[in-house]
Amino acid sequence: MSNKTDIAKGAASAAADKPREDAALLPPVDVIEDAGGITLWADLPGVPKDRLNLQVEGDTLSIEAELALAVPEGMEASHVEVNLPRYRRVFTLSRELDPNKVEAKFEHGVLRLRIPKAEYAQPKRIEVQIG
Amino acid sequence: MYARSLFPRDVFAELDRLQREMQQAFDTGPSIRGLTRGYPALNVGGTPTSVEVFAFAPGLDPATLDVQLEKGTLTIAGERKAPEVPEKATVHIGERFAGRFRRVVSLPDDVDPNAIQARYRDGVLHVSVRRKEEAQPRRIAIQ
Repeated sequence: MSNKTDIAKGAASAAADKPREDAALLPPVDVIEDAGGITLWADLPGVPKDRLNLQVEGDTLSIEAELALAVPEGMEASHVEVNLPRYRRVFTLSRELDPNKVEAKFEHGVLRLRIPKAEYAQPKRIEVQIG
Repeated sequence: MYARSLFPRDVFAELDRLQREMQQAFDTGPSIRGLTRGYPALNVGGTPTSVEVFAFAPGLDPATLDVQLEKGTLTIAGERKAPEVPEKATVHIGERFAGRFRRVVSLPDDVDPNAIQARYRDGVLHVSVRRKEEAQPRRIAIQ
């Protein structure tokens, strides 16, 4: 295969051609929606708080994080299941969500994101008048 | 996996997608869930003086973790609760593990069961077991 990226192949294919050092684990998530907004939970074990990078750009939410384990010097791995040093996952937000009011909590390797719905999108109960 | 059309419109685009997915599966392994054998994921390694076990167990109360070493077998067990789902809420994605778990690692013969340390940090349980003194490489002085 040639190393040149064919423009006709499109962006998705170009992403797959990225070099290996950019490879990342896909963290498992739970996404729960209630009337007021969306709560997202993501498992990011081994990530200290300062290596977690959350970004909202337009309608794209990206979670990127780097692992930092206290590995003793000279350790030789004999069995490896977590085989990459970073996590990455990208979500597309829908329009009624308010990206300016995202709340994040990170504890014991679990990220909890609360993305509220914008005021105008909050459900309103409409009184039905009789008569 | 993503939902995709039942009727592929473009054979070449489909082949392209297939190739991409194969490459991801074998080359980089992007899925933490697809490649591991359960929760928590384990990495095991060793140094000349110790055996190190890393269990990737996020979101636990360290006090509820049960770590045992018996006859050279290390057992890590516990329970992780699912997040609370309020009434009338919808679960769009539910991938995270919930429930009871147990994973067992067989350690080399030369470990010292009395010199074990367990630390829980950033959602990773790190168990370090020292090797026995007599099993460690020693330099012999020549008289």
